[in-house]
Amino acid sequence: MKLVRIPVKAVGAATALLLSTPAFAGWEPTKPVEIVVAAGAGGASDQMARMMQAAIQKNNLMKQPMVVSLKGGASGAEALMYMKSSEGDPNKVLIAYSLIYMLPLSAKIPFNWRELTPVSVVALDQFVLWDNSAGPKTVKEFVAAAKAASAPFKMGGTGSKREDHVLTVFLEQKTGAKFSYLPYKSGGEAATQLVGNHTEANVNNPSENLEVWRAGQVRPLCVFDRERISYTTKVTDTQSWADIPTCKEEGVDVQYLMLRAMFLPGKVTPEQQAFYVDLFHKVTQTAEYKDYMEKQALKPIFLTGKDMVQFLEEDDALNKSLMTEAGFVAK
Amino acid sequence: MEALGLLLHGFAVLLTWKTLVLMMVGLVLGIFVGVLPGLGGPNGVAILLPLTFTMDPTSAIVMLSCIYWGALFGGAITSILFNIPGEAWSVATTFDGYPMAQQGRAAEALTAAFTSSFVGSLVAVLLITFLAPMISSFALKFGPPEFFAVYLLTFCSFVGLGREAKHKTVISMSLGLLLAGIGMDTVSGNLRMTFGSPELLRGINFLVAVIGLFGISEILLTMEERLALRGHAAGISLRVVLGVWKDLPKYWVTLLRSSFIGCWLGITPGGAIAASFMGYNLAKRFAKESESFGKGRIEGVFAPETAAHASGTSALLPMLALGIPGSGTAAILLGGLMVWGLNPGPLLFVEHKDFVWGLIASMYLGNVVGLVLVLTTVPIFASILRVPFAAVAPMIVVSCAIGAYAIQNAMFDIWLMLGFGVVGYVFKKIGIPLAPFTLALVLGNRAEDAFRLSMIGSGGTLKVFWSNGLVGSITTLAILLLFWPVIDNLLGRVGLTHGTRATSP
Repeated sequence: MKLVRIPVKAVGAATALLLSTPAFAGWEPTKPVEIVVAAGAGGASDQMARMMQAAIQKNNLMKQPMVVSLKGGASGAEALMYMKSSEGDPNKVLIAYSLIYMLPLSAKIPFNWRELTPVSVVALDQFVLWDNSAGPKTVKEFVAAAKAASAPFKMGGTGSKREDHVLTVFLEQKTGAKFSYLPYKSGGEAATQLVGNHTEANVNNPSENLEVWRAGQVRPLCVFDRERISYTTKVTDTQSWADIPTCKEEGVDVQYLMLRAMFLPGKVTPEQQAFYVDLFHKVTQTAEYKDYMEKQALKPIFLTGKDMVQFLEEDDALNKSLMTEAGFVAK
Repeated sequence: MEALGLLLHGFAVLLTWKTLVLMMVGLVLGIFVGVLPGLGGPNGVAILLPLTFTMDPTSAIVMLSCIYWGALFGGAITSILFNIPGEAWSVATTFDGYPMAQQGRAAEALTAAFTSSFVGSLVAVLLITFLAPMISSFALKFGPPEFFAVYLLTFCSFVGLGREAKHKTVISMSLGLLLAGIGMDTVSGNLRMTFGSPELLRGINFLVAVIGLFGISEILLTMEERLALRGHAAGISLRVVLGVWKDLPKYWVTLLRSSFIGCWLGITPGGAIAASFMGYNLAKRFAKESESFGKGRIEGVFAPETAAHASGTSALLPMLALGIPGSGTAAILLGGLMVWGLNPGPLLFVEHKDFVWGLIASMYLGNVVGLVLVLTTVPIFASILRVPFAAVAPMIVVSCAIGAYAIQNAMFDIWLMLGFGVVGYVFKKIGIPLAPFTLALVLGNRAEDAFRLSMIGSGGTLKVFWSNGLVGSITTLAILLLFWPVIDNLLGRVGLTHGTRATSP
């Protein structure tokens, strides 16, 4: 046993020596980095995490490997609690979205994003109103059909009292139509249920409906943003993302954008934070990232430091008011 | 016949030394992760996924899918030898597989499991090859009411066809349904029964419960009874394999029925687990001397394994064509596809023919190579039973603990597993069946969600479960099965009972 032990020690010492000599950057991960996804397999967060994993590995942006860990339990609350309990651990990065504001309000999850360490906002995600390609062709016809329907007019979405549900409520308020909201487990499920005619419409992110749109099974009616999506490359035979009108153009003044942001657990050192800010900045420069943004029709953005915190505070206040107005805040 | 040409093209893509070697490596890795309870397919594929980033897409996917086939085969091994299901759908394999191993027929049971796995997947692959477009449009017919009807059918077949006392089945099932309710409720967005504990947020993981209920409780029982593994004098030779194969044609009805059930439930997203249970129950119902099921009958291994693999394989179809993974492992595979820019959806079959047909061809090859590989390992695995219990038991407990921990990286799950071990022990002592409990735990949530979504969609009327031919016939069948003992009895009085039994050879 002794014979074996000596070389191990020597290797340990050598590694320690290597680590203690300050290289060009300060801190670097010494263990595989876990990228924590607060959603199920195949969803938008998972896809983004896989893209980052591949971009980092293919471009050698980090010496340690990155592993995707799916913690979509309890509608993503599992991931939030996991990050909260990993205080001081610099080998876990959360890929966050609006659930960080909404879950604590609707389900009283004891979580506050201010307890985590913000790294950067990497993208903004759009929402689009979709219906079956056999359904109404414009927002006007759609609203008229919803108002005229005798049976419940079914709107599919992901989760309850979350972004899709909030959008549905605001759509009801602005149009006066009534929807029955069906909460599914994932955006993918909401997409197939729309194709199979089990729901009348959904408010999926572009990425979640992309494939069925290309197959001509669903139709985008309008995008919930102030301006049209900027990508003009044809996605289907006839249409590009930029061809989808905004909902405001179509007479329904509802807007909502969702952040995609990276967070470290609380109480990590500024050097560790700086490493990840730099890492994800490099990720946004890769071809993989740019390609992904265009394909999924995401809005490019890169915020960090003070700008990010300011953005988060404003976004939090906005989400809180939307949730309160929709009546989704638990008492 | 276009399919056949494309398939041949797929084989041409695959038949290079490099891909064949990758295939073998994938299968061996898969069998090993399948053997470790809990580590299972999903985790194994997840761990090995980054390995493939440096390969070309076709090689990568061939290797990943071979890990998947390997894990499917491997899951049966621990079910039979130690009563510990490696994958959720191996649970039903333990019912007769474990008793067989105890009677010294481990090699026979393993051969039966592997062979029927092969048959099941073969039928499913044939189906995928020729009927892919039709099947994906069938899967689209499933809305909330249809899903609920399928789950109802599974539950009802358990109560109606089970051998155990009905009230005990219902008690066991109700307890499972109760525990399934823990955690986040998707429909209302509220937490239920978590009592403020962050550990309970996730809900009770099905595999953690299964490892405890079956594996740990079995260790407890063995410790109490005899401190030795039974069945160590297993005869192991090629003769056993050939013997099982010679008898195979006798069970063609069971094999065919299970393949059909498996394919049907596999393309219904999320139905893979229900398939193995249903395959088992129906085999039991239609067999002569159904009392001998659960005591080491070879059909009790054939039926669930064929169904599980038919569904495991056909579950890849909704994944490819609709982007909805049918199982945990398929979900990770889905993530792997996306890394390669292969977005599942209706157009995948049109735009990436090379890839899709390469994958389908790899299903054929992977299964054949896999069968040969696992059959050669039968003697090795069966001889584990010769090791003294004192040496094996700690290893089983440790590997159970690792498995339970690895599912969600949670220490709490190990305590939960031990707790379920005690529950399983008590259940076995007082004669409450474990299977309905596990079934309710795994399907309870989905059944509840499907029911409530149906109610929201229909405005609260139960008529929705008879609103079209598909859902109506499934619901009616479910209710018939629930009251089967009563109906059987009534038919018996009119003298028709033998009519129903005559369908099996």
